[in-house]
Amino acid sequence: MSTEPLHVALPRGPSAAAPPEEVETVAVPRPERATTRRPALAAFLRRPAAVTGLAVVALFAAVALAAPWLAPYDPDATSWTAIRKAPNLAHWMGTDENGRDVLSRVIYGARASMLAAALSAAIAAAAGVPLGMLAGLAGGWVDAVIGRVVDAMLAVPFLILAIALAAFLGPSLTDAMVAIGVSAAPAFVRVARGAAMDVATNGYIEAAVSLGNPPWRIALRHVLPNIAPPLLVQATLAMGIAIVAEASLSFLGLGQQPPEASWGSMLNAAQRFMTLAPWLAVFPGLAVFLAVTAFNLLGDGLRDAFDPRAR
Amino acid sequence: MRDRFLSRLLQVVPTLLLVSLMVFGLQRLLPGDPAVVLAGDQPDPAVIADIRHRLLLDQPVVFQYLHWLGGLLRGDLGFSWRIGEPVSALIAQKLPVTLQLATMGFAVGIGIGVPAGVVSAMKRDTVWDWAANVIGLAGISVPNFWIGILLILLVCVDLGWLPPSGYVPLTQDWRLSLATTVLPAFVLGTNIAATIMRHTRSAMLTALDQDYVRTARAKGLGERTVVLRHALRNALIPVVTLGALEFGTLLSGAVLIEQVFSIPGFGKLVVDSVFNRDYAVVQGVVMVTAVLFIGANLVADALYLVINPRLRDA
Repeated sequence: MSTEPLHVALPRGPSAAAPPEEVETVAVPRPERATTRRPALAAFLRRPAAVTGLAVVALFAAVALAAPWLAPYDPDATSWTAIRKAPNLAHWMGTDENGRDVLSRVIYGARASMLAAALSAAIAAAAGVPLGMLAGLAGGWVDAVIGRVVDAMLAVPFLILAIALAAFLGPSLTDAMVAIGVSAAPAFVRVARGAAMDVATNGYIEAAVSLGNPPWRIALRHVLPNIAPPLLVQATLAMGIAIVAEASLSFLGLGQQPPEASWGSMLNAAQRFMTLAPWLAVFPGLAVFLAVTAFNLLGDGLRDAFDPRAR
Repeated sequence: MRDRFLSRLLQVVPTLLLVSLMVFGLQRLLPGDPAVVLAGDQPDPAVIADIRHRLLLDQPVVFQYLHWLGGLLRGDLGFSWRIGEPVSALIAQKLPVTLQLATMGFAVGIGIGVPAGVVSAMKRDTVWDWAANVIGLAGISVPNFWIGILLILLVCVDLGWLPPSGYVPLTQDWRLSLATTVLPAFVLGTNIAATIMRHTRSAMLTALDQDYVRTARAKGLGERTVVLRHALRNALIPVVTLGALEFGTLLSGAVLIEQVFSIPGFGKLVVDSVFNRDYAVVQGVVMVTAVLFIGANLVADALYLVINPRLRDA
């Protein structure tokens, strides 16, 4: 962005109706477009916990993307000579009941979790944000109807709604992601509605309305960019929730199906061999815990960074 | 106060109607003809036709919904074709088990969360506060079914202190009942303790900053009295509402915990029904859960009005 000063025309005399030749220009500092973003970035970077969260999320994303190159073994390759081996130099996290390398499966499991996190949050945002904005900006009966629907969805606890949806849609990772996304949408409706109502009271929205902008343009060009910070925080927290939800559904057998690796389904299998191979229960659970903690740290950090009072 | 509560009660009616519509609509998500899906391994046209007739699938959707809703209002949640019992009877059998777990879990959550939140606020910016925040973050992030598995390994398998699975009803042998439920209830409770701790800390910090606390201190009251009689009393008001919201977390958590500890409750019923394709049971469980959750919220609203003197006079 240019930092050149703006040349603003100022009338020389007391009357604004002075002829053009009498107008002189003075240099005033160019307003910083990112005045609200840069302090937020600085505030975010000052929080070690938030930066650590971002780094760990980035690490998990990198592991998920580079799984074929990082995994030491084929995650689905069974070996009758390596059944339930404790962690050792050849298999850092040991092997499972079919002789598969646990480390390789944890690495591939990151793919299911990160994919579930990203897609579920995207589905929830795609469904929830337009509805929330519509409710917040339209008000009246539209707001009342959307509010009642959201209340009804929130009346069913998150995981039970996701289980019910997954039960009827069918057990698969894709359907689990849809179920999680739909179940998480009401939270986005609430956040978008509140933020949109808040933004709608600003003078620039009034100005945009009086200039004759159509409602869709006001919503997309003026409201949406200004409600992005709370939505970003909600999306980050929703991704953490989605990772636990995906692991929970896979643990119950409603998510990723064998032999594909998923942290939840690995924990399900580990239950049967708890006394013989306790390491099977440790590493996938630790991966879920670390990933969710990282998303929560990142979400908390973003919320504090965007909140001027917390700065 | 009474008008405020009555208006809240009236708002519940459309919410419940929408929940019923949503639960009824779940069946429409089934890929293909529900009668064919329900027939499962018996795709005999006669069986399919019989199912279609018995479930009224040959009737218009609006009629099907109104018939189902009428049943709901009479306490009829449908029939489980797999188990051969009415859904309401099945839920009535399993619900007390889950409610026992949830109540014990709630007590654990309050028992850990409130004192930890108070200590964290009192010792703000000390190692105690830092430790409480770290444990709180961990509590929110950790999947409870994983903690359940690890605790079974440690407490039941390695130390042999408690039975690793199973359930004995309270009415049969209360000691054995507590022994089989204390660990799952602890796991459930730790899950909500972190949230309760965070809210108590925040509410306590606000309360400790108020004029009435400064006045109490200026009067020469002991710190213990100031904290327990003045600050905590006010700080607990928002925590009561949160407690009701956490009831939903307890019910969700129970689904997983009952699987891990093989407890034959509400959660195990819904998961078993999913795999048995016993859709009427799944619908019944979702409906009853919503009613319970809405009921818990109403109780919280009532309590909120009762314990908050400012709203009581409004």
